[in-house]
Amino acid sequence: MLKHLYDTDCVTWSPQGKLFQVEYAMEAVKQGSICLGLKSNDFVVLCSLKRQPSELAGYQEKQFKIDDHMAIAIAGLTADARVLCKYMRTECLEYKYTYESHHPVGRLVFKVAEKSQHKTQSGAKRPYGVGLLVAGIDPNGVHLFETCPSGNYYEYKCQAIGSRSQAARTYFESWFHLFEKSTLEQLILHGLSALKKAIMEDEELNERNVEVGILGKNQKFIHLNAQELKDYIVKLETFNANAQIQQE
Amino acid sequence: MYIPMNEMLKHFKQDVPTMANITHKSEQWSPYHDNSGTVLAVGIPGAVIVAGDTRLSNGYNIMSRDATKLSQLTDKCVLATAGQYADFIALRKFLQQRLQLYEFQNEVQASTETVAHLLSRELYSRRFFPYYTFNLLAGLDENNHGFVYGYDAIGSYDKMTYGVQGSGQELVVAVLDNQLKGYNKINKTIPQTREEILDIILDCFSCAAERDIHTGDNVEILIITSAGTERLIKPLRKD
Repeated sequence: MLKHLYDTDCVTWSPQGKLFQVEYAMEAVKQGSICLGLKSNDFVVLCSLKRQPSELAGYQEKQFKIDDHMAIAIAGLTADARVLCKYMRTECLEYKYTYESHHPVGRLVFKVAEKSQHKTQSGAKRPYGVGLLVAGIDPNGVHLFETCPSGNYYEYKCQAIGSRSQAARTYFESWFHLFEKSTLEQLILHGLSALKKAIMEDEELNERNVEVGILGKNQKFIHLNAQELKDYIVKLETFNANAQIQQE
Repeated sequence: MYIPMNEMLKHFKQDVPTMANITHKSEQWSPYHDNSGTVLAVGIPGAVIVAGDTRLSNGYNIMSRDATKLSQLTDKCVLATAGQYADFIALRKFLQQRLQLYEFQNEVQASTETVAHLLSRELYSRRFFPYYTFNLLAGLDENNHGFVYGYDAIGSYDKMTYGVQGSGQELVVAVLDNQLKGYNKINKTIPQTREEILDIILDCFSCAAERDIHTGDNVEILIITSAGTERLIKPLRKD
């Protein structure tokens, strides 16, 4: 269709009721390397596949701590993610300073969504080209949110975004009913299993290209270190989701 | 007892209100309150010991027997403050926030030296309405050696091996000079071990509690080493 007639800026609707600039921004998220998140009653786990621009380069970090009780995983334009990350961190610090408590997760996601929406209704701006998976714990419980360049946000039990994320989502659809009561170890292995579905045939998961972050009711956000990642990737070989059903 | 002549005459003269002898002396409101108490810190190779009593007073009244004067800012350093409690809380909040931001931006916790300088600049930024706080910043340096930075209300600071601040300062610092440096000591044995120094610190607080009305209740002690932080609470006189 004559997309090019209606896709110049954010202030032009298409006859079908679409804002093409926003849709294009969502494409940027789909181009980013995969990151996924899943939660149980007590923990949230974020798993990402780190991309290496070339043999000579390092791997691009995809998970960032926002506060002790909150972290994000990004897919899309890293530079845009940095801006949102800085905004979220500043908001959390200010909230902590004023109220001596942690910023409620949903509230901060809403603020990010509001900021994102703002960029979709102006002639001079462009939407953020990054999707965030926000993992957080607050008195309302354990949360996993997804934010979009469109300014929408959704809460999930588990979600994957980025390149080939559909494969991971298919895995989740089969097994997500087990996550609520899973132990932390089971949750991490489910996350890595889902990640494995989404990599290319000639790729493999190793401690350099995988990033796993965990957050719990009594666990501040931490990344698993190289040794722990190696151990989990080894455990992945013998991990059987079916065995977990028999346990229950 | 000698009483000056004009003092005597005041008793006999009738007080006639004239322009000369009307003095309107109303008590002006002060933004400052001294919540008193004593803090001290001693640095040794491998550790730093910080101690503060837990009494919060206001004039002759006790506001709390259970208020901490110590605040751990990073894994390696602790802020100990005597003076106005509200200003201590405000200062602590500012430093906690600023140091978390430092950690986000630099991906590593601030060193004790950095925190010391940050504290100095923050205190001086309020040069014309100072924080009524008398601070000690105690921590481990890059070689895991314990040091103490002592401050005045407007941020002048110096690196020392031990320091005392607060209402019991004069009582305690002389004892530490004698015990830890060997000043005016005939038998110059300087304590080397952590346990010996801990004993001296506890004694210092007991002594301060005896003579200073604003020091007492409990003494809270934090021992910072590269392995972590240990916390002790010992009772003091409650009167």
